[in-house]
Amino acid sequence: MAAASGGREEGGSMAALARLQERLSELREEYFLANRSIDEDRKIKYRAAVKIQSWFRGCRVRAYLRHLNAMVILIQKWWRGYRCRKHFRKMLETAYFIMKMNFYNEMAVRIQKRWRGYYVRKYIHNYYALKKYLQAVSVNNAFVRSELQEYVEMKENEEKMKDLEKKEKEKKYQARKMHYLLSTEQIAGIYNSPFRKSPDPMELLLRNSKPLSHRRKQVKSPFAYELYDWPTCKKPPAFVTALPLPPIGRQKPQGPFRDTAEVLWQRYKPLEPTLRVAESINSPLEKAREGIKREEWRNPIHDNEFLPFSSYHKNENEKYEPSLCKSGKYVQEAYGTKHFREVYPNKWIADKDFRTVVPSIFLFEKFGKTYSRAGQIV
Amino acid sequence: MSQRQVLQVFEQYQRARTQFVQGVADLAARPQSIETLRSAGVVSLLRPLLLDVVPSVRQTAALGLGRLADYNVDLAEAVVKAGILPQLVRSLPEENLAQAVVQSGALETLVICLEDFDPGVKEGACWAFDYIARHNPELSQAVVEAGAVPLLVLCIQEPEIALKRIAASTLSDISKHSPELAQTVVDAGAIAHLAQMIPNPDAKLKRQVLSALSQIAKHSVDLAELVVEAEIFPVVLTCLKDSDEYVKKNGATLIREIAKHSPELSQLIVNSGGVAAVIDCIGSCRGTVRLPGIMMLGYVAAHSENLSMAVIVSKGIPPLCACLIEEHEDHIKAAAAWALGQIGRHTAEHARHVAGANVLPTLLDIYVDTRSSEDLKMKAKKALKNILQKCTHLPALEPLLHDAPPSIMKHIIGQFSKVLPHDSKARRLFVTTGGLKKVQEIKADAGSLLQEYINAINNCYPEEIVRYYSPGYSEILLERVESYQPVL
Repeated sequence: MAAASGGREEGGSMAALARLQERLSELREEYFLANRSIDEDRKIKYRAAVKIQSWFRGCRVRAYLRHLNAMVILIQKWWRGYRCRKHFRKMLETAYFIMKMNFYNEMAVRIQKRWRGYYVRKYIHNYYALKKYLQAVSVNNAFVRSELQEYVEMKENEEKMKDLEKKEKEKKYQARKMHYLLSTEQIAGIYNSPFRKSPDPMELLLRNSKPLSHRRKQVKSPFAYELYDWPTCKKPPAFVTALPLPPIGRQKPQGPFRDTAEVLWQRYKPLEPTLRVAESINSPLEKAREGIKREEWRNPIHDNEFLPFSSYHKNENEKYEPSLCKSGKYVQEAYGTKHFREVYPNKWIADKDFRTVVPSIFLFEKFGKTYSRAGQIV
Repeated sequence: MSQRQVLQVFEQYQRARTQFVQGVADLAARPQSIETLRSAGVVSLLRPLLLDVVPSVRQTAALGLGRLADYNVDLAEAVVKAGILPQLVRSLPEENLAQAVVQSGALETLVICLEDFDPGVKEGACWAFDYIARHNPELSQAVVEAGAVPLLVLCIQEPEIALKRIAASTLSDISKHSPELAQTVVDAGAIAHLAQMIPNPDAKLKRQVLSALSQIAKHSVDLAELVVEAEIFPVVLTCLKDSDEYVKKNGATLIREIAKHSPELSQLIVNSGGVAAVIDCIGSCRGTVRLPGIMMLGYVAAHSENLSMAVIVSKGIPPLCACLIEEHEDHIKAAAAWALGQIGRHTAEHARHVAGANVLPTLLDIYVDTRSSEDLKMKAKKALKNILQKCTHLPALEPLLHDAPPSIMKHIIGQFSKVLPHDSKARRLFVTTGGLKKVQEIKADAGSLLQEYINAINNCYPEEIVRYYSPGYSEILLERVESYQPVL
């Protein structure tokens, strides 16, 4: 445009101007279009430039990131390797340790197994010792049983001996009592029958025994019986016979009139005192009373009673005080001596006595009505 | 009318007696009237009133006598010599009377009587102490506090047999109530003297001595050890062979009380041959006398299996079995069943020995019997259970299969199911003796323990055999025969 304009300058600038003014609207459009295309061109170029730059920057950054990534991977690789190797070493150590421990355990188990078996079998449950022990127990039992058996037999023998001795004693006692059955020259006794070859053993016993002498049996007082069940007392109670025997040496009662037994019974009837008589005059109560009396008699120095002292009556306390009822001002009242009941005749309603409604008691009716006038009611 | 008059007479008399006795008791509280009372012969008058029918008269009479005796030692001696004490003690079975005697302060006087020289007086005093101490621990404590125990121990050493007897009996009654009282008796040195008297030939004395020692030993291990240390052991066994039943019983009781405390003491008894003696004793006696011996065997066997084996070796099972069968009393049978259970429950060996003596069917019979008491049934069941759980000896279990009730059957089948899988000969025997057949016939709830056992047994045998023995198999076969089409 400028060139065109320049070229036109020399031709006549006025002609140019006219020509330019003719072409003004077209020039305007041309100008506008030319600017617009340049503008668009510029925009396109601008965008292209931006794109290229951004792409390039992106590439550069990506390359940088890649690089960084690679570095990081490298570091991490090395670190992880290091750590795992360390870990592995540890694992290896523990595995080794466990292996060793297992081995030791195995060996320990073997040792303990042997030891425990030995120990239990020897000390806790020793089968052979137990067997021996049980055998020993049965042997001991047999021994104990035999000893006890011997003991029992010994006891039985003792019992038998005691029985035998008792029987012997009995026999001897009987022989002594029956001494009169001994055979004499003339009369053969029961145990020495002439038809026998040799005398009976009883006969021999009789020959050897001393005759039993009479012994008076002591009469036991009945009060000893209360001791019979006391354990230290060894004698059993002797039974008292009910009736005493009649005296020996009596003659047959005279006369055939009554039965002898009856007469004797009557004559020698035991005394049967009544209860009043049987009560002892030596009863303890009486004795106690007598005792007290005796003591009282014994204690004083002499038998005379003490006379009261002369100053006794002078004592103020002993002054006689008559009763209020009897002491009047000047004279002794009739009350207490003459009569006992106070009587006010002026107060009486009627002369006669009260009429009884209830039947009177006979005995009381007789009061004051005896034949003697002294007892009459006033 | 006449009846009333009669009763009136009696009432008058009773009133008169009561008044008299009360009056005497009141007067006896005053010292100045006692001499008068004594010279009036109050002692012989009060004596029959001690045995009066009316308890209040008795009590008041005893109170009066106590007060009289309390006042003066001579009067106390007179009281004792007049034979009052035996009558007093005869009326003492009433506990409140004993209390009255204690309260009236008679204990001190009785202690003084114990120091007297006359053995009769001592004996009377001992009787009184015995009856007082018998009732309850408080009265025994009162007796002990009155200082009677050392004097009683002195009395035991006296030569008179009756005095020894009653002193031993008193010591026995004192120590039976509590360990402290027993300890007091032991501290007075009673054990050595009692032990010395065991070989004495008098039967009643032996009874009392053994009873005293067993009452002391029963309370604790230490006391039992003290008793054992007094070297009673071989000597006591001779008592088990005495001719008197009660001596045997008390001897067995003493050994039982010692054995029950600890295994060591039981071991001691076994070592000294006590078990054999007790077994012989059981075999020779009848009735309740056997009971302590049976219990002793049970206690010994319960402590450990070695001791139980020792009991078996000493031939203990046959007498126990005989007891089970022969005795009529339920409690003796129960004790025998318990003892057998204790013997058999330790191991298979023990159970085998017990089962071998043919005990199990007897126990089963007792358990099933309707006449047995509850206690007996329970003990028999427990014994059976204990023995069966260890019994592996199958021939002994066979007879039980046939008539056991379900609760026992469970254990029997359980045992079979444990043994059969391992032993082929046993399996064969089981089949031939008809056991398998019986097992099939048992109906059990599915899922119960019994059914599991039955399954376990069935698994030991091939299927055909099991089917063969199952009930109704012949019908099944016949049905198959009927439905079979012959191949022509």
